[in-house]
Amino acid sequence: MTITADQTAAKPAPGPLTPAPIPPAGTKRTGVLPTQGRPVERPAAAAHLTDQQVEELGDELDAIRDEVLAQRGAQDAAYVRRMIKICRALEVGGRATLLFSRFKPAFVLGTGALAVGKILDNMEIGHNVLHGQWDWMRDPDIHSTTYEWDFVAPARGWQHTHNDLHHTWTNVIGKDRDVGYNILRVSEDQPWKLRDLGNPFVNLLLAPLFEWGIASYDLEWDMVAAGFKSKEAFKKDLNAFKKKAITQVLKDYIALPLAGAVLSGSGRRALIGTLSANAIRNVWAHSVIFCGHFPDGAEFFSEEMIDGETRGDWYIRQMLGSANLSGSRIFHTMTGNLSHQIEHHCFPDLPSNRYIEVAPKVRALCDKYGLNYNTGPLPKQLASTWKKICRLALPNELPWQRGRAAATA
Amino acid sequence: MVEILHGKPITLSCMGVKSAALRAMSVFTTPIPPEEYLRLVNPLASSRQLRGVVTSVTPETPTSATITFRPGSRWQPHQAGQWARVGVEIDGVRQWRSYSLSAPAGADPAVTVTAIGRVSTYLVRNTKVGDIVFLAPPQGDFVLPAGPRPLLMLTAGSGITPVMSMIRTLVPRRKDADVVLVHSSRDRTASLFTDELQELAAEHPGLHLVHRYTTDEGRISFADSGDLDRLCPDWRSRKAYVCGPTEMLDAAHALWERTGLPDTLTVERFNTALAPEVPGGGGQITFEKSDKQVEVDGSTPLLLAGEEAGVIMPSGCRMGICRTCLTPLLSGRIRDLRTGETHDDEGELIQTCISAAAGPVHLDC
Repeated sequence: MTITADQTAAKPAPGPLTPAPIPPAGTKRTGVLPTQGRPVERPAAAAHLTDQQVEELGDELDAIRDEVLAQRGAQDAAYVRRMIKICRALEVGGRATLLFSRFKPAFVLGTGALAVGKILDNMEIGHNVLHGQWDWMRDPDIHSTTYEWDFVAPARGWQHTHNDLHHTWTNVIGKDRDVGYNILRVSEDQPWKLRDLGNPFVNLLLAPLFEWGIASYDLEWDMVAAGFKSKEAFKKDLNAFKKKAITQVLKDYIALPLAGAVLSGSGRRALIGTLSANAIRNVWAHSVIFCGHFPDGAEFFSEEMIDGETRGDWYIRQMLGSANLSGSRIFHTMTGNLSHQIEHHCFPDLPSNRYIEVAPKVRALCDKYGLNYNTGPLPKQLASTWKKICRLALPNELPWQRGRAAATA
Repeated sequence: MVEILHGKPITLSCMGVKSAALRAMSVFTTPIPPEEYLRLVNPLASSRQLRGVVTSVTPETPTSATITFRPGSRWQPHQAGQWARVGVEIDGVRQWRSYSLSAPAGADPAVTVTAIGRVSTYLVRNTKVGDIVFLAPPQGDFVLPAGPRPLLMLTAGSGITPVMSMIRTLVPRRKDADVVLVHSSRDRTASLFTDELQELAAEHPGLHLVHRYTTDEGRISFADSGDLDRLCPDWRSRKAYVCGPTEMLDAAHALWERTGLPDTLTVERFNTALAPEVPGGGGQITFEKSDKQVEVDGSTPLLLAGEEAGVIMPSGCRMGICRTCLTPLLSGRIRDLRTGETHDDEGELIQTCISAAAGPVHLDC
């Protein structure tokens, strides 16, 4: 039932990558991607591979997934339960400590514990549970259809833009809206607009306000304007957001400081504590997530070129379009294992605790097939991302450069 | 009689205070329910899933055991003869089965499980005191009559469990009880609750006990009334309950029909609807809510089949990544087109975009 590309169709010339209006995702294919065939155009970084090799690569990656699925069991369940326990203890401990934040150590400890708790809840637990990585346990408390996170963007709306649009169309310009989140220019392939001059400032502002940025992004304002999202659907999402935002603000910025003020006169400090915890989480999540697809070396694709994509080509796109972060086990946990972005994009529904053991195998396959495996420590990848965002504030070619190119021609 | 059979009522004021406290706490914990934090200290706390802690495990026969648990506060006390779904985690995956509750009404729930099948075997062999099990509220109409009546209980094998709850509830508490229990089992060692039943029968004239060991005496025949006339001569004037293997239930039902007394017989049936795997797959898909049926081959995703039939189905990536299309499988067997794995658990949420029918399938959409 898979739909393969029409092999006989004339290959369209790879035109400039202009973001076309985005039709609703996935109107043409359903089911498992074909294993054989080829896309209209394979990305340059994988152009050296034959169709046969791509098919084998797909099989080998499928085998890695199957191997994990066969072992998945009680130990994995215990891992996620332990994470949830640690997270809940940090959250409740952090909040309780902030009630007495008039005392400096309580302020520092409470803020730190709450920030780490929020990071674990959003990243190692929330993001991964909402991907359905733990659905196999059939625990309604740890399930993609029920989980709600301590993050102002409602989980259901995020699942749509993230799981569906972003993971299906990873780094396809005009399809994957995570490429710049509609407000940033992160790829040379995105045409330059005047507003991109603000690129570094927008990003600087987005980092500490990340949860609000994502909440706004998930509403898909632009899709309503373009007519791809109905007003009713938008209204429904907007109401869900309002409801969530009110309870989040009430909890962090009103109820807790009020309780702190009554209990120990710690109202102001408690408010600073919750604001800081949210800001720390926001900056951390923003940094980690931006290192997933935007450092130098991560590739972008056009919708035309991926037409007819096979299973192997889909994997190649995930690997070339993603970038990893290297670090210790604790670091991986604190990033929600998004430090294993490449593995996560190849296998978005494998339990996150398994990425660390899958990573060397994926890397070995990249080496074997001559594909770039983009990885590095956080400071390096983050610097690369920021540099790029600054660079792309300006057009790819400045007027005088264009003039020089024309002269040499 | 009704009062004692329906268990103790819960003190409502206590519940009111508790729910108000939880609501106040949720202002500080939203969007996570306060119970998720309470569970750090109380393993039974849960907002979504009723839980119970195992308080005793008593071996009954070489292959069966009675497991008693203390349920969380949202448990509704069971009526004698009812059953409940019990969930247990095997290899990290929650598995649910239905079991009759063998404890008397008003007591902490207990199930008596015989080690047949994966889940029951796991429960009998691996359950320890202190383990957490998951519970669904008790249900079922196989319960005692509202007014006093002479009763006949016909049970076989583990079919005695709901009847044991009835006997434990009724016999010691009612002087006017008049119960004949005819219980069939393979032999003495395989028979459940033998000692306790004999003690009850010795102590209370209201219980008359007949043990039938089928290895020696053969099965009770319901082909005609001969066996019953001998075992319980006044069976026609008694309200009868029967619980056991399907053939026994069908045969008893037929006999009562022929005798013209179908209304005096109450039957407890455990449907073990097995979904056989169809080689090559395919089959009829029934979309329950939309009331539509389509015949499909073994490679057509359920999502596509539904959409082509005009069913409104949730969908997202259409390639097995995003889980927007999760739909409850009501019954039947489906195959994951990526792995070839099949699934047949009732109520399991399946990804319709990468699943095909492997036999007749009922979906909740």
